[in-house]
Amino acid sequence: MLGGFFKKTKYITMPRKTQVKSISHLNFLGVQEEVQPSIPDGMWQKCKKCGQILYTKDVEEQDQVCPDCGYHFRLSASQRIQQLMDPDTFEPWDEDLVLQNPLQDNKYLEKMKQLQEQTGLGDALISGKGSLGGYAIVLGVMDSGFLMGSMGTVVGEKLTRAIERATQQKLPVVLFTASGGARMQEGIFSLMQMAKTSAALAKHQEAGLLSIIVLTDPTTGGVTASFAMLGDIILAEPEALIGFAGPRVIRQTIGQQLPEGFQTSEFLLQHGFIDQIVTRKEMKEVITKILALHEGVKV
Amino acid sequence: MSLGEFQKQIQEMEKKIKEIHLFSQQQGVDLSEELKRMEEKLQNLRKQAYYNLTPWEKITIARKMERPTALDYIQYIFTDFMELHGDRYFGDDPAIIGGIAWLEKIPVTVIGQQKGRNTKENIYQNFGMPHPEGYRKALRLMKQAEKFRRPIICFIDTPGAFCGIGAEERGQGEAIARNLLEMSMLKTPIVSLVIGEGGSGGALALGVADQIWMLEHSVYSILSPEGYASILWKDSNRAEEAAEKMKLTAQDLKSFGIIDGVLKEPLGGAHEDPKAMAETIKKTILEIIPKIQSNSMEELLSKRYEKFRKM
Repeated sequence: MLGGFFKKTKYITMPRKTQVKSISHLNFLGVQEEVQPSIPDGMWQKCKKCGQILYTKDVEEQDQVCPDCGYHFRLSASQRIQQLMDPDTFEPWDEDLVLQNPLQDNKYLEKMKQLQEQTGLGDALISGKGSLGGYAIVLGVMDSGFLMGSMGTVVGEKLTRAIERATQQKLPVVLFTASGGARMQEGIFSLMQMAKTSAALAKHQEAGLLSIIVLTDPTTGGVTASFAMLGDIILAEPEALIGFAGPRVIRQTIGQQLPEGFQTSEFLLQHGFIDQIVTRKEMKEVITKILALHEGVKV
Repeated sequence: MSLGEFQKQIQEMEKKIKEIHLFSQQQGVDLSEELKRMEEKLQNLRKQAYYNLTPWEKITIARKMERPTALDYIQYIFTDFMELHGDRYFGDDPAIIGGIAWLEKIPVTVIGQQKGRNTKENIYQNFGMPHPEGYRKALRLMKQAEKFRRPIICFIDTPGAFCGIGAEERGQGEAIARNLLEMSMLKTPIVSLVIGEGGSGGALALGVADQIWMLEHSVYSILSPEGYASILWKDSNRAEEAAEKMKLTAQDLKSFGIIDGVLKEPLGGAHEDPKAMAETIKKTILEIIPKIQSNSMEELLSKRYEKFRKM
């Protein structure tokens, strides 16, 4: 169910803050993949949608959105936090949570170590507390650059702890999803994270607290089939791939081509599964408005 | 030794026994001691064969067309089962059946993923792969059970939730997610039994329970081994190897503490004696339900939360 987007042609990735030089990426399939910007120093990049060659600085100024066609490039979790949160207010939680390797998969363990070094992330999610538009929130942001944002025990545990603390501290939660779904390498344990995170969110909701989910490209599989679809308010960035099964899996199952625009944010809006599509530029303002309407704790 | 090799030996042994039996009759020689010894050996061989199944062999048994389905067990275990249809939003999904019935003297709600017992049924029941309306029907029946304080018994048997255009249009992800959230708070006892295949989120959507049990040769996993091999190794033909790696047998899951218990199957698998299997299941749920009911509702819900919290 996660298969769909692996075959996507990669657009040229912006070097992360923590990645000083060009890096080799491990994609979700665990295959070593060179992400080599073909243009020196990443000064230029090509838009995946309109094909326009863009000056990187311009794209940066537009919060990683194509100035020509409005295509939203994928963001790393730290880029997202930087864009969204009030400066110097974000305090990350559980950064040192130790990886469980329940299936004793040594290859996976090695891969994780490599990824951690390359990305500076512990796993595919950053969680913590901070202020957004002056309101105190608990934030969770997934990073699709880390094993396709897949949810294993660490992601599930961090998320659950974050939601539980939000419940205790009576704070709203804002979760940005970007994930291929449950993490294969941790088997049944990953599957159970779906139940665990959903149950934590249930308690948060029962306490009368607000949850906002923002779906970003891509959100599929076990993440779509758990907390991602359970917010009081569900927003999505434009043109994100959002679905349960990946498009490739569906194509294989039904043996026919998929309709244009299938499993995009726009498709979900049309079918009644999300509340609004919000551009990156407006995201902070929209979330602030929602928080204000729910009387978030003003910092 | 693989199941195939065992079966070959078993067949040879059966043949030999027949021959000796015939020989002793024809020649009037008393070989009953010898025959008894061989019968014992044969029985041992059979036991060994099914005790040492590889994960892949278990999957083969779990997927057998002859394996008893949810409806088979329902007929044996409950009385006056009355099927209730529809999700009240879109339709009725034949891949999930549900209704009310008596478990001895306890009124219960029963829900199960239903595989077909032949090809025709399988097409109708979509090989036990539910659409969103199936999960929404299940949730409707669970909420109803909560209202009337009826315990819920779920039979899990699915390769996974269906992947298709309609399923996506109607929110497969949302339907499963909603069940996870609602089941975690449902104010009535829930017992889930994996009777065949427990495939991914599609299985979990009936699996957020107070007690989760599996039949001896059933499997429960994040994805089918074919899917796992295809995603991680880009080769769905390596499913057997994937099955080994994924730790998906009832015994594995028990050792992880993910499930509460394993129900012994008749020799050769549940299909060899569905009635005996049903008896075992019935006995177990009759033991479990009063235990769950002995908790206050608050205790029940906090235990259910903790159960998944620890995973």
